[in-house]
Amino acid sequence: MVMDTKYFHHALKFRKDVCIGCSHCMSVCPTYAIRIRDGKADLLDNYCVDCGRCYRACPVGAIIVEQDDLRQIFNYSKRVAIIPSVLMGQFPSSVSITQVTSVLMELGFTHVYEVEHGVEVLKSQMSEYISENTDIRPLISTFCPAIVRLIQVRFPNLTPNLILLKSPLDIAAAYYNKKLIDEGNKAEEIGIFYITPCAAKIAAVKSPVGQKNSPITGVINMDYIFNKVYTAVKQGFPGKDSRIFPSRDPLKSSGITWPATNGEAAHMPGRTLAIDEINNVIEFLEQLENEENQDIDFLELRACDESCAGGILTSSNRFYTVERLKKRAQRSENKEKDNNYRYVNPGPIIEYKEFLKQNLAIKKIQPRSMEKLDENISLAMKKMEQVHEILDNLPYVDCGICGSPTCSVLAEDIVQGHANINQCIYVQKNLEQKGDLTSLQSMEILKKIWGKDKFEDKQ
Amino acid sequence: MHFEYQIEGGNFTRAGFASSEIKKMMKQLNVDMGVIKRTVVSTYEAEVNVVAHAFSGTIYVDLDEEKIVIQLQDQGPGIPDIDQAMKEGFSTASSAVREMGFGAGMGLPNIKRNADDFQITSEVNKGTNVKITMFFNK
Repeated sequence: MVMDTKYFHHALKFRKDVCIGCSHCMSVCPTYAIRIRDGKADLLDNYCVDCGRCYRACPVGAIIVEQDDLRQIFNYSKRVAIIPSVLMGQFPSSVSITQVTSVLMELGFTHVYEVEHGVEVLKSQMSEYISENTDIRPLISTFCPAIVRLIQVRFPNLTPNLILLKSPLDIAAAYYNKKLIDEGNKAEEIGIFYITPCAAKIAAVKSPVGQKNSPITGVINMDYIFNKVYTAVKQGFPGKDSRIFPSRDPLKSSGITWPATNGEAAHMPGRTLAIDEINNVIEFLEQLENEENQDIDFLELRACDESCAGGILTSSNRFYTVERLKKRAQRSENKEKDNNYRYVNPGPIIEYKEFLKQNLAIKKIQPRSMEKLDENISLAMKKMEQVHEILDNLPYVDCGICGSPTCSVLAEDIVQGHANINQCIYVQKNLEQKGDLTSLQSMEILKKIWGKDKFEDKQ
Repeated sequence: MHFEYQIEGGNFTRAGFASSEIKKMMKQLNVDMGVIKRTVVSTYEAEVNVVAHAFSGTIYVDLDEEKIVIQLQDQGPGIPDIDQAMKEGFSTASSAVREMGFGAGMGLPNIKRNADDFQITSEVNKGTNVKITMFFNK
């Protein structure tokens, strides 16, 4: 590991006071970003891509997703909640968008707008981008921020394949900000808050890739908002005396399902593939790197199973959520087809299409490989030889007792000076038998990895 | 450093293993991304060739800080006319192999185009030997 500049803001935080050092997070981390030291999980910032697998795996809630305080919305007189369609998908069909909007307004927001209105601007532009940039294949969507980061660190060869267009979220936020300014509001009076289904989106807002600043003021976790809204709805809100705020701009069907798997790919030209769940994505990209003549035009890659419906901050079962999104999209599609239905279509965002199109491009995304053993090839070569020598003495069991996720990772950690071969339990047993290590010393090594508490006599 | 990988003729499921291992090592060495891409593409292509045509084969990889030399030796039918096999579009792959997306007749010329140095020798009814050399400072 080469430890230098810190590249990313991470929304995932490890609480040492809660962590029991069980290593479940270490085992599931797809980028090997976690080690166990002194009985606690330790996150290597530059390897983490904010996919959130660890968050799900933690049995004690020691991993939290840091969010902005809801009260900070009151620093602004115009308080816009930007909600993804996945939020509506959390609720049973008996809960209407009017109810949800009304509760959000009751919580203090002055405007509620759905993220996927941005799709109305993005969809055709992305399709054009794919048709125009024929020299790069396949082009890869930048929709999922965890995937963008994964490609930067593990598949740097593929960074030129990333589509350099903003996300529906950034487009929706830019639109709403501009609209409020055009209505006579000052920029500093406007606060735009995104209700996020995952940690990666927070990281993307706090340290955007390919953009200087994010148009988003703050981010609130979806589970937090879901609980507030659902509690209010269960308690009968909005009741007769409550103010009711109908949501005015209906989403088009393509927008509703955009964050679900195949949401983008279904609308893109040529041969397209949609792959969800980060290990599936890694497996696919590994193979993609080997092949030259790909005839795939577009790749939709999402870190979560069932895409954003499976975001770590969602509350509803992801399969129900997807079904609700599809049903809502179907209803919307029926209305779109109905000429008698006076449908404000596709909503006022289209009036700003030219402005938004001009601000759609993002800058080139830089690779930042974390695989290299050293910048200097001679040193890297020496280290690689050492890694292979060490590996010859390791059992390939990937048990994790050493505090590193796999035997290969331990070998690299040793070569980089972050671990010792004696941490391997197999090596310890061998040394003990040869008389080169006492059982007391062996115990001390294990205590250093897993903490003293785990070895206390409980009887 | 020296590594060896076995290739099983007719088993496409495992094809690409050696290429992936080579790719990983080159990434660890911080080799230029373009060089990695060309190495992996040509090795994978050569590996698939062995799987498609030969009974078995071995990949010998020799790696130092200046270059990587990848030799693929197979036991198989061999190539009667190498000059013809080096022409784009020439393929003897069976239709079953083509249906799997392989055997478009781009194999050998494609390997040659991507490699810094490419050598091939073959003996009919014995086997083929392909040698790919890639230099890191290119």
